[in-house]
Amino acid sequence: MEDLVKYLGNPRNQDAVLELLVVHARLALVPLLLGLLAALPIGWAAQRYRRLRAMVLGASNVMYTVPSLALFVILPGLLGTKILDELNVVVALAIYTAALLVRPVVDALDALPGHVLAASTAMGYRPLRRALTVELPLAVPVLAAGVRVASVSNISLVSVGALIGVGGLGQLFTEGFQNSYNPPIVVGIALTLALALVVDLLLVGTLRLLTPWQAGRPTARSAA
Amino acid sequence: MFPQLADWLTDPANWTGDGGLLQRIAEHLRYTIIAVFGAALFAVPVGLAVGHTGRGATVVVGLANAMRALPTLGVITLLSLQFGVLKVGPVLLGLGILAVPPILAGAYAGVQSVDRAAVDAAAGVGMTSWQRLWKVEVPIAMPLLLGGLRGAVLQVVATATVAAYVGLGGLGRPLLDGLRVTDYPRVAGAAVVVALLALLLDLGLAGVQRGVVPRGLRLASGPRSPRRRGPFSWGGNRLVEPADQAGIRS
Repeated sequence: MEDLVKYLGNPRNQDAVLELLVVHARLALVPLLLGLLAALPIGWAAQRYRRLRAMVLGASNVMYTVPSLALFVILPGLLGTKILDELNVVVALAIYTAALLVRPVVDALDALPGHVLAASTAMGYRPLRRALTVELPLAVPVLAAGVRVASVSNISLVSVGALIGVGGLGQLFTEGFQNSYNPPIVVGIALTLALALVVDLLLVGTLRLLTPWQAGRPTARSAA
Repeated sequence: MFPQLADWLTDPANWTGDGGLLQRIAEHLRYTIIAVFGAALFAVPVGLAVGHTGRGATVVVGLANAMRALPTLGVITLLSLQFGVLKVGPVLLGLGILAVPPILAGAYAGVQSVDRAAVDAAAGVGMTSWQRLWKVEVPIAMPLLLGGLRGAVLQVVATATVAAYVGLGGLGRPLLDGLRVTDYPRVAGAAVVVALLALLLDLGLAGVQRGVVPRGLRLASGPRSPRRRGPFSWGGNRLVEPADQAGIRS
């Protein structure tokens, strides 16, 4: 405990920890956004075309069984990046996020009430406009549950990147371990948990803003 | 680099002997099995109890979800510093913590998913609380329970690579050693083997999972609907995350 106070009292450590926190948030959240942007059209197409559906869902399951550390070190070979490049982690986590979110997208679209779609078609909405202005907003609640899972998953996965030298707060774990010094590890764990919590709260807030019609209704409880 | 990778993977010298891939796979599986088994000893009874009695659900599920956010590398390095480097205990504990939430959620969601009418009928024919749990709820919960276990196995297999970071074996060994000396084929080769191991285990457990659906339920569900929804499809009970179903997080 005393060590912890001493460690955090040092302004140089404060700066370093803060910087790692920012890197960590970036490494977790940029792929979250990219993965979501990729999952939307893929899921939409998979929901529309039966043949594509089995293929896409199968592929996303398989992608999800590839360990992150494995992906972190295989990607440089595929992308031509350096092994220490942040891009490897970003691409790997974006792939996981997309793999994780394709199913919620498909399920959310499946669950849309048919009469709403029929009404929008009857009003002359073309497929693209209907997808963006009717289907997407109505799919938000189910999608949001998936995004929350993906955000926690990404935030805890980033630290594994520390083993290859890019890991945000995970670098506090390797640093502490190499120096046999607990405080950075404790700080790293606490900040990872705090980051996951804060992002989750922000996502819940965003969900409320995006789905005003659900105000007052209990929200679907999902995992933090 | 792919030819080099293929060369590395097909060289028998890399597979056999002390520190060969076969030994590493055995170590890796040992960590995984012990950690998941230990986690199941704790998580299955708790999950079943919460599902059966309906008590404490909010607290237990909330705690399990918070555990998901714990970074395993941090837990393992911290425990290793506390209890001694090169000991397997801290690693197994860290991996076990990782396995608890999916197993707990699977057991709980499994019991929760049981049709209340079936439980009421069981009570009506005079079954005691225990009999209802063992003869009705557990068999029906089995597919979801095993689904949670499957998710846990995958997460642990993927994450057991960190054991090498605190000086132990497993498939993380060639991976990290290769990184240190920038032997890329070794790094990528080990990564490929971990991925294949995860995939094979997942396929095996998926088979087991299909096998444990009670015959009565299979008959009741009749011919498969064109839109096959596995026991884990999204949108049913949200307590089982897609991550638990589909596989891995690490």
